[in-house]
Amino acid sequence: MTTDTRVGSTSPGPVLPALGNPSRSRTIRDQVARVVMWLAFLVAVVPLVWILWTVVSHGGHLLMESQWWTNSQRGITSRRAGGGAVHAIQGTLIQAAVTALIAVPIAVMTAIYLVEYGRGKFAKAVSFMVDILTGIPSIVAALFIYAVWVTTFGFQRVGFAVSLALVLLMIPVVVRSTEEMLKLVPNELREASYALGVPKWKTIAKVVLPTAFSGIVTGILLGLARVMGETAPLLILGPYTKSIATNLFSGYMPTLPTMINQDRTELGQPAAVERMWGAALTLILLILLLNIAGRLVARFGSVKK
Amino acid sequence: MAKRIDVSDLNVYYGQFKAVEGVTMTVEPRSVTAFIGPSGCGKSTFLRTLNRMHEVIPGGRVEGKVLLDDQDLYASDVDPVAVRRTIGMVFQRPNPFPTMSIYDNVAAGLRLNGVKGRKKLDEVVEKSLRGANLWNEVKDRLNKPGAGLSGGQQQRLCIARAIAVEPQVLLMDEPCSALDPISTLAIEDLINDLKSQYTIVIVTHNMQQAARVSDRTAFFNLAATGKPGKLVEIDDTHRIFNNPSVKATEDYISGRFG
Ligand SMILES: Nc1ncnc2c1ncn2[C@@H]1O[C@H](COP(=O)(O)OP(=O)(O)OP(=O)(O)O)[C@@H](O)[C@H]1O
Ligand SMILES: [Mg+2]
Repeated sequence: MTTDTRVGSTSPGPVLPALGNPSRSRTIRDQVARVVMWLAFLVAVVPLVWILWTVVSHGGHLLMESQWWTNSQRGITSRRAGGGAVHAIQGTLIQAAVTALIAVPIAVMTAIYLVEYGRGKFAKAVSFMVDILTGIPSIVAALFIYAVWVTTFGFQRVGFAVSLALVLLMIPVVVRSTEEMLKLVPNELREASYALGVPKWKTIAKVVLPTAFSGIVTGILLGLARVMGETAPLLILGPYTKSIATNLFSGYMPTLPTMINQDRTELGQPAAVERMWGAALTLILLILLLNIAGRLVARFGSVKK
Repeated sequence: MAKRIDVSDLNVYYGQFKAVEGVTMTVEPRSVTAFIGPSGCGKSTFLRTLNRMHEVIPGGRVEGKVLLDDQDLYASDVDPVAVRRTIGMVFQRPNPFPTMSIYDNVAAGLRLNGVKGRKKLDEVVEKSLRGANLWNEVKDRLNKPGAGLSGGQQQRLCIARAIAVEPQVLLMDEPCSALDPISTLAIEDLINDLKSQYTIVIVTHNMQQAARVSDRTAFFNLAATGKPGKLVEIDDTHRIFNNPSVKATEDYISGRFG
């Protein structure tokens, strides 16, 4: 000890400063920091509110009409008002569901492999490839699927091809979020299970996965919300059509982003502009719903307190 | 049912690091054997080799022999999963399964090993909870989460979970170190009851506890940090505490180091 910290006559001064008000300079710095943080907050929030306001004020009334949710745009020219978005909503939901159906098992099992089994070079390589996949721009994923699906195999551009491109984008997101959740499961639980004579695969299936379940589902829903708004694969692989089309393997399949894009080309027509905003608002709402569902699952998770 | 364990010349490694060296000892059936020794001398490491939990750690391996009665636990045809069913373990920190109720926690070992049938499970759960002195406290809330119990209750729940699969040997690594004195006494009483049926090995830093609960005591020590830990001596508890044959044991017990 080089300094004497005892409180007593030998110490040169009081150990603690007097318990008065904070010093002037500290008060000022505190105020400045507060103001800066508030400004940063406003800068972040203003555009958000602005976007929402624009979308709602232009497209909100369309969503109040029941035909928006029941009709397609079949037979409705761009200058006419009317019709609905149900064809695009269906397309978006179907493609998202198929994407999830393919991506989730692959991603979750990859994450299980990386966290529970992966050792050595191969695991490192897998992890590295997931990193690369994370960084792939959506248009590159779309072009890759185009090259394989259309150029190499000679298939048509169909909804399923869009889903494949979305799968490429969704897998790394879900792998990483699932990995994080699995890592959060304390090792003690695995050991407790091993100590009961439970084999490793059963420990993972019955102890680790249930413990991480809500976190994994939340990650999946957020990942899905993320890819549902992706537009590049749709523009390249999923041309728009105004009619209801639910066949993933033949014909064009309309979706909300492509509907927005379609109406964007008719900006001279007030009816088309309104439809564009309406479709945008619908897409925002769908993604919002998924996000809310994700948070709810996280809140009312499987871990009992 | 309880079985005896014979260890001969056991070395335990973490990768290249030799954590424990040259342990030879016998653990008698239907008795409590306590492991004492300074921190880092390899008590937990050695304990975990007795039910092959050591090898779940990457790089963990052993040399030497561990016999359960006459069966070599490390023979090539022995399934580590089966070993762990026979030799149960209770950990330092209570670790009930957080997604499961009290009932499910106790039934977990059986269920996960494929036992079905509500009646059989009901019986085992009640018997194990009674065995762990927890039945009266939880019998009205078996469907409540196990993680909602107090620390001491959780630890007894973990003991109930461990004895529900009817192991021959129960290993306990500092089972009371996270508990208050009253819960500690409850667990010590429980250990006393259990030893009529099980072979028990307990690691503890609490000398009084070792003296109170154990029949035999093993003292581990290590020459210096980074050197492997060794078994110094193992003997009847009361000899270890009153008249040990090695000076280091006496020094440790009387608090002169460690
Ligand atoms: N997972 C591990 N990987 C590498 N080395 C480890 C690991 N666990 C323990 N060790 C090392 O092995 C040695 C023995 O550790 P161990 O935990 O068995 O000691 P202990 O006697 O149980 O100590 P304590 O009384 O503090 O619990 C220590 O040097 C420790 O650093
Ligand atoms: Mg230890």
